[in-house]
Amino acid sequence: MKFASNMTFRLKLNQLAKGAFLSATLFGVVVLIILMAQVTIDGIQWIDMQFITSHLSNTASKAGIMGPILGTLLLMVVVIVVTLSIGVGAAIYLELYAKNSRLNGFIQTNIRNLAGVPSIVYGILGLTIFARLMDLGNTVLAGGFTLSLLVLPIVIVASQEALRSVPNDISEASYGLGATTWQTIQRIILPTALPGILTGAILAVSRSIGETAPLVVLGIPALLIPFPNGFNDQFTALPLQIYYWTLDSVLVDEYANLAAATIIILMTILITLNLTAIIIRNKFQKHV
Amino acid sequence: MNSMTKESLNIQQRIRQQSKSKQRQQRMNRTIPKLLLGCALISVLTTIGIIYTLLAETISFFNIVSFKEFFTSTELNPLSQNPDFGLLPLLNGTLISTAIAMAVAAPIGLMSAIYLSEYASTRVRNVLKPVLEVLAGVPTVVYGFFAFTLVTPVLRSIWPSIEATNILSPGIVMGIMIIPMVASLSEDAISSVPQSMREGAMALGSTKLETTIKVVIPGALSGIVASFVLAVSRAIGETMIVTVASGSSKNFTFDITESMQTMTAYIVEVTSGDAAAGTPIYYSIYAVAMTLFIMTFAMNLLARYISKRFREAY
Repeated sequence: MKFASNMTFRLKLNQLAKGAFLSATLFGVVVLIILMAQVTIDGIQWIDMQFITSHLSNTASKAGIMGPILGTLLLMVVVIVVTLSIGVGAAIYLELYAKNSRLNGFIQTNIRNLAGVPSIVYGILGLTIFARLMDLGNTVLAGGFTLSLLVLPIVIVASQEALRSVPNDISEASYGLGATTWQTIQRIILPTALPGILTGAILAVSRSIGETAPLVVLGIPALLIPFPNGFNDQFTALPLQIYYWTLDSVLVDEYANLAAATIIILMTILITLNLTAIIIRNKFQKHV
Repeated sequence: MNSMTKESLNIQQRIRQQSKSKQRQQRMNRTIPKLLLGCALISVLTTIGIIYTLLAETISFFNIVSFKEFFTSTELNPLSQNPDFGLLPLLNGTLISTAIAMAVAAPIGLMSAIYLSEYASTRVRNVLKPVLEVLAGVPTVVYGFFAFTLVTPVLRSIWPSIEATNILSPGIVMGIMIIPMVASLSEDAISSVPQSMREGAMALGSTKLETTIKVVIPGALSGIVASFVLAVSRAIGETMIVTVASGSSKNFTFDITESMQTMTAYIVEVTSGDAAAGTPIYYSIYAVAMTLFIMTFAMNLLARYISKRFREAY
């Protein structure tokens, strides 16, 4: 009798705990829904062609975010070019040339440590090296290089995994036919690993375009600057604009709506990028 | 005869050509690894660059401001006539916001991990995990907007004495931001506990909850603790949420309803103010950044040490 009631209690407790664990998990979902709802309610009415194509303005109803959009796109170009060339190069070296050397272990540890450095520290590095020492100022190049260093560990690790997943027998077949190491890498291993590498690169880019802190530290002005035409121009970017409008919403209420509208645009870009990565990954998984 | 020479000439030419292309290939095989090594060394250069810039300017800072003042003074007035450069207000802001964030993220993250790995069906998990991934991918400035324009007003309607900028709201939102990280790292640790141990506990009559608490969690403890330490490191380095929602008060206080500045927010404030190079305030951001770098680095090493040293071997 005592055991039976005890057992019911224990089972009830189990059910109770299950409910608690489930609600903890759903907490994240609820927060995400609230966040999305708030941003949509605040911002969706402000999005129209005029908002997307106009210059920034102090008058909320005239403000547009073409400048920040262009700035973010230019940053993405720099980040893609730099991280793909250096990141994939590093991954090839670590995976295919120096697999078990001591240097390899050192570099790997180093990459893991870099991944844990706060983004604002990268901002300070960019400010000191790119903006001041190399005298790039607050241009697209300075911002792009800074963000590239920030996401480089992501690209290297993802590319390494992609290279590792290439089956050994096809590269051995290539060697067997007399191909050199580089020929095998260039014609066999890289094309096979490409989807995995691209997925990593897209995720890195989507991480980098949401970054705000390093750009703020670089001293990107909140001023109304002309549209950037090239990589040596001053720029502003979508997350920066969200930051400035959020801060200034104390002064002008409508700036909060502008920030929300900009968040919708930024999140749309991010979700598109992530969906692309997922599609590439799924297609790739089916083929192998 | 004539045709013979022609043919042999042709062959000679082809041999020469082939050896040329072989030479080129050999050259490629020699130079390309060096180029690739150069790429790999960029990451080492980045580390050296970070440490060098931080160290050099931090030393300049300590030539102006004493070590003792920086680490023991509770006064921080970088812009006054007689500036004070005490780190403690910033350190205090950072630690308090991190503590609030962990109070949110540790229990909720761990409970989510337990649910996802022990209780959820595959179908439920396939829905919930992507949601957590989206939550992890939201830019921090968006969380800052969320803290400033929604969470703070809600908190103020419940608790009217809270200031418009306060440390509580960004702390909570920072916790929400870190939940996916704790959940996913802890889940990895929990699901690596062998199934046979769960089955053993259940065969002895344990309920699922008892199995989880008495067998699974202890088995995964090192990984769970490591995930908490990494989350702390992440919270210490988080910038935008606190910059947007916690204001820039440099008071040394423990009142979470007040505005406090974190180390990261201080760096943002000074750099947006365009401090002239060579002034003490300019050097101070490097000293603060150095402290930040050492703290997060130590946390990351600690996390790795814990998960290695205390891992239960199965």
